[in-house]
Amino acid sequence: MTKRWALVAVAGVLALAGCSSDLPEETPSGSGSPSSDTRRSEFFDQAEYDRQLAFRDATPQGPDGKPWEQMLEPQMVDTAKYAKPGGKYRLCFSNAAVDNPWRQVGFKTMQQEVKLHPEISDFVVLDAEAKDDKQISDIQSLSGRDCSAIIISPNTTATLTPAVEQACATGVPVIVFDRGVNTTCPVTFIHPIGGFAFGANGAEFLKENVKPGGKVLALRILPGVDVLEQRWAAANEIFSGSELDVVGVEFTDGDAAKTKSIVSDYIQREGKIDGVWMDAGATAVAAVEAFQDAGVDVPAFVGEDQQDFLRLWVDEGLTAVAPTYPTYQWRTPVIAAVKILKGEQVPKEWVLPQPRITGENVREYVKEDMPPLHYAMCGCEDMPGYPGPWK
Amino acid sequence: MTREAGVAARREGAASWRPRLAEGTAPVLVVLLLLLVGLAVTGPAYDEPSGYLALLKRAAPLMILAIGQYFVIVSGGFDLSVGALVTAGVVIAARLIDGDESATTGVVLLVLGFGLLVGLVNGLVTTKLLVPSFIVTLGMMLVLDGAVFLWTDGAPRGALSAGFRMFGRGSVDVPLLGEVPWSVLILLAILVAAALFMRGGTGRALVAVGDNEAAVRLSGGQVDRLRLLAFVLSGLLAAVAAILLGGFAGVSAQVGNGLEFRAITAVVLGGVLLGGGRGSVVAAAAGALSLEALFTLLNLLGVSGALESAVQGVIIIAAVAYAALGGGLRQRLRWRPKRNSTQPAPS
Amino acid sequence: MSVVQENVSPVRPRTGRAAPRPRLTPVAIVYLALVALLVVGSVLVGLRGEVLLDQAGILNILTRATALGLVAVGQTMVILTGSLDLSVAYLIGLTSLIAAETMAGRDGMVVPGVLLALAVAAGVGLVNGLVITVLKANAFIATLGVALILRGYLEDNYTGPAGDVPRGFQHLGYDRIGPVPVAALLMLAVAAVAWWYLSRTRPGYHMYAVGGDIEVARLSGVPTRRVVVTAHVLCSVAAGLTGIYLASRLGSGAPYVGTDAGYDLESIAAVVLGGTLLAGGRGGVVGTIGGVLILATLDTIFDDLAVDPFFKDVVRGVVLVTAVALYARRMTARRARGRLA
Repeated sequence: MTKRWALVAVAGVLALAGCSSDLPEETPSGSGSPSSDTRRSEFFDQAEYDRQLAFRDATPQGPDGKPWEQMLEPQMVDTAKYAKPGGKYRLCFSNAAVDNPWRQVGFKTMQQEVKLHPEISDFVVLDAEAKDDKQISDIQSLSGRDCSAIIISPNTTATLTPAVEQACATGVPVIVFDRGVNTTCPVTFIHPIGGFAFGANGAEFLKENVKPGGKVLALRILPGVDVLEQRWAAANEIFSGSELDVVGVEFTDGDAAKTKSIVSDYIQREGKIDGVWMDAGATAVAAVEAFQDAGVDVPAFVGEDQQDFLRLWVDEGLTAVAPTYPTYQWRTPVIAAVKILKGEQVPKEWVLPQPRITGENVREYVKEDMPPLHYAMCGCEDMPGYPGPWK
Repeated sequence: MTREAGVAARREGAASWRPRLAEGTAPVLVVLLLLLVGLAVTGPAYDEPSGYLALLKRAAPLMILAIGQYFVIVSGGFDLSVGALVTAGVVIAARLIDGDESATTGVVLLVLGFGLLVGLVNGLVTTKLLVPSFIVTLGMMLVLDGAVFLWTDGAPRGALSAGFRMFGRGSVDVPLLGEVPWSVLILLAILVAAALFMRGGTGRALVAVGDNEAAVRLSGGQVDRLRLLAFVLSGLLAAVAAILLGGFAGVSAQVGNGLEFRAITAVVLGGVLLGGGRGSVVAAAAGALSLEALFTLLNLLGVSGALESAVQGVIIIAAVAYAALGGGLRQRLRWRPKRNSTQPAPS
Repeated sequence: MSVVQENVSPVRPRTGRAAPRPRLTPVAIVYLALVALLVVGSVLVGLRGEVLLDQAGILNILTRATALGLVAVGQTMVILTGSLDLSVAYLIGLTSLIAAETMAGRDGMVVPGVLLALAVAAGVGLVNGLVITVLKANAFIATLGVALILRGYLEDNYTGPAGDVPRGFQHLGYDRIGPVPVAALLMLAVAAVAWWYLSRTRPGYHMYAVGGDIEVARLSGVPTRRVVVTAHVLCSVAAGLTGIYLASRLGSGAPYVGTDAGYDLESIAAVVLGGTLLAGGRGGVVGTIGGVLILATLDTIFDDLAVDPFFKDVVRGVVLVTAVALYARRMTARRARGRLA
């Protein structure tokens, strides 16, 4: 009996000797905490809000007609130390998910972008299926795969930060895009202007197009998603400072049937709705149809750049605006990776232009034969093989 | 059922053709009535029939799903695949129609056929391969979800035609009643057909299978065939729900999310003991309508969306506890004198 | 109370003699399947020029298996008694938040945080068990109801990750001995304790009895109500451990960390894949761990082969149904053989 326990003890000591940890080094966290004002959304950050609104008027630097290569007020960094001459890059990508049409379109665009660069000989993609825990493992896995560069689209900001820091620590250039993380260790962080600007675009449009005292219904997908919370925080700020009457803020779960039911209920409850603000456009068509089905005029609408909404907009002559969170941002990380591996400079924070579609230019963006949930801002029209992979 | 027993059952059924509520239906109807009164009090739209018609139109898909789920649950199983089947139906229809009006009829038939097929597979695997229906339909849910999006490369394509959407979205002029939504008419037709079916021999045999499968088998009943029928009906009705939902809400990638749990909740709310053998199809449909009415009422009252889930949870537990405790008592009282009978309760 | 009452198939009389066949228990089948999967996977991955079972690969499989394994061990106990627990996914999120918020970045609060999270988990399990036994509600619906209540609480109070796990505790999520994560060892230890409880103690034996036939168990003097409640409490505690582990991985609590990964249906799938009967009364933790490892290996192989995530779902669905069909077939064959003997 004692011999057995002795063996166990020895095994235990040997095991402990081989013990190691993947926990990354502690680094001071990047961003500060959002200001807390009970009437405002807790996600509202005045400084960032002002910054994003200012960006809307800034002139982008970069080639005309290629917004995915343009940058706003860039601060360049040197990447000479990452240069790998001779091509044959292995590009690795940790994708948060492909669980919604926006990400689907974006990912397809990214895959086609990779094909445009013969220097990339291998494109390794790991899909985290919207699970933080899996993405942490995925990034760890990629760190050990001899990648020339790692692109990361994080599922959640706070929880993925340690994993990103760990990836940076391996010495491989790390590029983060879409959602950010709380560390400045990546070589570049690529994103369009931001959620505050998106929300503000819509709210300002309603302020201009709805009479004072008019009733506005706000439709949101889910609480707690930081990119969406920022959109609402900005809109809330603008609505509070206006004479519009926000009669309701409802969560639709991104479900078209639920959206339609909620809007119908509000039309019945309020009698007349003068404006609809939405934080994303996937169920915009359902919301518009609710007005049509009730037999009332469709009011001023805030949508997004999905094809089904744009088509409906043009066909019915709606008063609408479509802020965008452009899917062409999925092209930029690949471009950035190639630049870094060639030793060219890139901005520390690569801010892409965030166009909005208005009544004036909507016709340019409607593409009749594309799928209903295809995003007009994909930047993919001039890519070889279009429209094949996106259709 | 043996021939004599079947004949006896039919005679009994023929003698009692006047509309009668099956046991256990009453509580859910009381709940529904309370909710409807609540709506009338709270919402201005519910002062006239058009408001209630709109509620029925919105609730029709869930009610139809609940009817289908009822068949499966009363015979002792589960169908977890209906939500995925609804999504699949809508996505397939959108892709095949692609905006072409002339394709509507063909695609509608195809979607219905697809629902039948899925139900058939579910039923066959459960009865022939002896896999519990919970697992079969869970596996089918995974397969449907994956396969449909594999086919469409992750996001729905195409578009539904106006003709297709008419069923879920449009209305028709009925003399005396005015504009009645198509979905309400379809719902009523299905409800009547289902109620009549459950009164017939096959319907009662279905209930018997859920109540005491061994007894039915020993008395010569075709247990496997009955169970298979239940799954086929569930799949078919899910396809109908898909057509109605696609019409109502349009193309979306997640139209069916969570519907299987809602349908099961509705059936349980209607008083069917999970494990089979009790309740009525009218109660199941009433349960679905109650759920929809409850959500609408909560919305009107301005109850925060988050609390909606908690309220639903409490109601579910309360309803089941009531049905089980009350039902258990009734069952004990009823079975004592008729110990040898294998006749199921009339439904 | 059995959730599943169907497929109580009668013995099918067989004419002629059944040929003698090697007796493979479901557990053996599971582990053989696992080995076969590893071999096939290594070959397929090797064709792409990579290695499946290198240090990173093994680490990957074991990391994936840890969280699911913890939940599935708890779910096994509940299913053995003929019940079910659908509330585990939301409970995992809740316990991760309770642990992270109590710890609030302070090393001294680690133990209170863990204890509080486990206490809450046990409380939820108690509620589950009581609703099922005293209110006589069906397990599916009862735990669904509790899940919705937890969901309502989470949606109302949290808008995203919260709390702060101190670095000292985060070591639980990241430390490893070679390719084996420390947390995986912990998970195996928990499984070992569960195995010992189920197969070597009387309360554990009672769980099998209750799942096999609750009426017979009751008539034999087994305290059925207590057994079912105990099973639910243990299952919820296991879910609590999972929440605490995930909190250490993420550095904070997250309300939807359990539902994002679908731990409710995944854990049931793992248990059933491992050979435990959904109706209860047969099976065990050893098979469950095998089921968990199979699912984790499948995931890793798919990742290495860059398989479409939607195709993954199709394969998982087919594997699940096929495995259970296989076990069911074995059961009928064994019964027939037993009848002839």
